[in-house]
Amino acid sequence: MSSARTLATAARVLRQLRHDPRSIALMLLVPCAMLFLLRYVFDGSPGTFDTIGASLLGVFPLITMFLVTSIATLRERTSGTLERLLALPLGKGDLIAGYALAFGLLAVVQSALATGLALWFLGLDVVGSPWLLLLVALLDALLGTALGLFVSAFAASEFQAVQFMPAVIFPQLLLCGLFTPRDRMAPALEAVSNVLPMSYAVDGMNEVLRHPEVTGAFVRDVLVVAGSALLVLALGAATLRRRTA
Amino acid sequence: MMNYSADGSGDRSEADDTEADDLEATDPATATTPAAITARSLTAVRGARTVLRGLDFTVPAGRITGLLGPSGCGKTTLMRAITGTQAKVGGTLTVLGRPAGDPALRPRIGYVTQAPSVYDDLTVRQNLAYFAAVLLPGRAHRHERRAAVDRAVADVDLTSRADSLAGRLSGGQRSRVSLAVALLGAPELLVLDEPTVGLDPVLRRDLWDLFHRIAADRGTTLLVSSHVMDEAERCHRLLLMREGEILAEDTPEALRRRNDTPTVEEAFLHLVDAAAAREGRRPGTAHNQQDQEPRP
Repeated sequence: MSSARTLATAARVLRQLRHDPRSIALMLLVPCAMLFLLRYVFDGSPGTFDTIGASLLGVFPLITMFLVTSIATLRERTSGTLERLLALPLGKGDLIAGYALAFGLLAVVQSALATGLALWFLGLDVVGSPWLLLLVALLDALLGTALGLFVSAFAASEFQAVQFMPAVIFPQLLLCGLFTPRDRMAPALEAVSNVLPMSYAVDGMNEVLRHPEVTGAFVRDVLVVAGSALLVLALGAATLRRRTA
Repeated sequence: MMNYSADGSGDRSEADDTEADDLEATDPATATTPAAITARSLTAVRGARTVLRGLDFTVPAGRITGLLGPSGCGKTTLMRAITGTQAKVGGTLTVLGRPAGDPALRPRIGYVTQAPSVYDDLTVRQNLAYFAAVLLPGRAHRHERRAAVDRAVADVDLTSRADSLAGRLSGGQRSRVSLAVALLGAPELLVLDEPTVGLDPVLRRDLWDLFHRIAADRGTTLLVSSHVMDEAERCHRLLLMREGEILAEDTPEALRRRNDTPTVEEAFLHLVDAAAAREGRRPGTAHNQQDQEPRP
């Protein structure tokens, strides 16, 4: 791996995005609009907004980065630029780290905007530090990037890639504890939710919501999300083949 | 056709000795030129289909070798084998003194796929700057990179469009951006898959002039595929392919002379008919091959 090549790749991905201001606007503003909507949907029960709002701060970056990365890598595969890059002296790790870095930066901006809006304008009541919220959001974004990269290998078209979103993300969304506490689900579903990374992302957010200090559970949640992201990134790297049939 | 059906392997033999003195001046691929690519019993399998059927050939260094044949005959698969992007390749394939696909070859080969592979949402210059940074990373080399990018843009005559988005360019211009990317690192071997498809005659002439300049000035070896036979006349040497086999390997002039035809196109048709006639007489050797080769 070479840090110069990783940085060059990240700069290139961001440069591509800069030519697409509409996508950037959608990525940054849609989560804010959703939080705003949610705040007034739960106008009568601010406690519900606190729980769901905090969880969604972790879910938004995951979904956005999943979509963006799966389409971007799929385009890289179908346009022939991936084959060209792999025929050049570029490590697979350089490419993946470049993508993760570029989209990670974007995720920081997105999360900062959403967290700032929720905390200071919508009155989200969080006991812990906003920096910890931001940390979990960033790790979620990384996880989304990793999942997007991985599934793009199994999509033959952008049409299929978009269909992977409900297939990969929705089950996690239903089982992560956003709608009902995980320990109140059917035991089989609870067991499934225990092995899905988004459950830990949401748990981590809830730890920050309720505890002023860094708890052991929070550390575990963060480590699980980070570990899952790295594992899936490695799987994604394995789907990049220099030689193809 | 009949006088060739008696001679099954003659088409692939070395040029006749009687022609040798004449050919010496025009044939650049004599034994004195080292080989850039050597293939022995080269095979490639895609799915259940054998696309390359035991090829033996050499590509001389510093020359333009044309790879010609009908679409679906295995040209792209052969080029992908040479650039190390094709899976399931058998036999021996030596490229610039190393086995094909060796990581050390990556910076030494420029490969241009048939469909332009550039980022449509970057400008011409941004595209080239990124690929240049992959080839020669680091801040210390940024002046070198800028010079390489400027030269590559000028090579393909796109200086006036350097700051346009690649996606806004015409098809021919985009394929020239793709070619410019391959020229960046001044590679020793350029593998170009149908680089002139869909271009107007003026542009085609200009590109062939560029190919000749690159070979003459930089000593670069070029392997250029085409199914337009008039381009064959512009190559130093030709590999004629049909259904995954090499039909002939020679200079355009020798091919015309040996088949007694005024153009390479007719020589090629002559050889194809002769091969088909041989297969017709020996049904056991006929290949039931599909017409279309799947795109990679």
